[in-house]
Amino acid sequence: MSESLQTLHLAFSARDWFDLFLHYLSLSLLSVGGAITTAPDMHRFLVDKQHWLTDAQFNASIAIAQSAPGPNVLFIALLGWNVGLNAGGMLTGLLGVFVTMLGILIPSTTLTYTAAQWGHRNRELRAVRAFKQGMGPIVVALLIATSWILASSNGSSLKDWPVWLVTAASAIIVWRSKIHLLWLLGAGALLGWYGLV
Amino acid sequence: MSPPPSEQRPQPKSLTDLFVSFTLLALQGFGGVLAVVQRELVEKKRWMTREEFIEDWAVAQIMPGPNVVNLSLMVGGRYFGLKGAMAALAGMLTLPLVLVLLLAVLYAQFAGHPGVAGALRGMGAVAAGLIAATGLKLFGALKNNVLGIRLCVGLGVLCFVSIALLRIPLAYVLLSLGLAACVLAYRKLKA
Repeated sequence: MSESLQTLHLAFSARDWFDLFLHYLSLSLLSVGGAITTAPDMHRFLVDKQHWLTDAQFNASIAIAQSAPGPNVLFIALLGWNVGLNAGGMLTGLLGVFVTMLGILIPSTTLTYTAAQWGHRNRELRAVRAFKQGMGPIVVALLIATSWILASSNGSSLKDWPVWLVTAASAIIVWRSKIHLLWLLGAGALLGWYGLV
Repeated sequence: MSPPPSEQRPQPKSLTDLFVSFTLLALQGFGGVLAVVQRELVEKKRWMTREEFIEDWAVAQIMPGPNVVNLSLMVGGRYFGLKGAMAALAGMLTLPLVLVLLLAVLYAQFAGHPGVAGALRGMGAVAAGLIAATGLKLFGALKNNVLGIRLCVGLGVLCFVSIALLRIPLAYVLLSLGLAACVLAYRKLKA
């Protein structure tokens, strides 16, 4: 994905910005389990249908957001940034960031905030308590499953055993010790830099 | 506004405290913030217990939108209402957004270096381990679950197999297994 990070040259009208905003508004309430679950649909819309982004720009946006500090949802900001770059330059890039982030966040945050406040006010209700207790084991299992899926995206053949070893070792170290997480991430980066994993 | 759950417990002092806490927390979260959230809010700041974290995480997970964003809204909102929710959310997103944009500009220049791709891969492997560790730590909190530990393990294994191995979409798993677990818990709570 490296050399081919060329930009496109798009003529973006107010109507196009509005369509971009509308698309993210509509995806927001579908993003159960995190915004990344709607990434396939974003690819379909931005790359295949509208031709606002290249494949390389799309993939790089996700990779960079995952390696940067902060919530992974920022990959959406980068998608918006790249659409904006293609439509002009830095200024339209920033416009793209705001249009996409506001679109993906406004509906879901409004709903979550309202629902959570309601749940907190009614936390003694049997149904609310049953929900929280019942979801307990599901939530813990989802964490382990997320870890598994992330690890297998690094490679799932036998020759990839060093990557799995790093994942397993860091899981056990963090579980059993109070070492700062940044040391482990730094160690992972070094091992990767020298091609050991 | 409902009062915070307990009076003696440490809690955020102000909107600024919320904003700064969530900014620092987000900046430590390479490859996702979840592992850091649990460590900072539960183990270091003690704003919530493991049990409360699981409960809030269940809500954050099931609602649409990014999980950690939802969680920051909920934690902020609990102490300072809508203002608190906005402060926590802004903390979670503002500085990381600036950083990720800078990184994107840099990346365009260094993407060709093989070390960079390798380092990203190494950090990804560690990040996956951090999330598993969060799950392992929270597993201990299930001892107090009304379902009982054996039922918890059974449901957990089924959930892991469906998501990680069979790759069934999350929505189906939540609607089937999640609903079943909630109904079971509802019946146990009657006693």
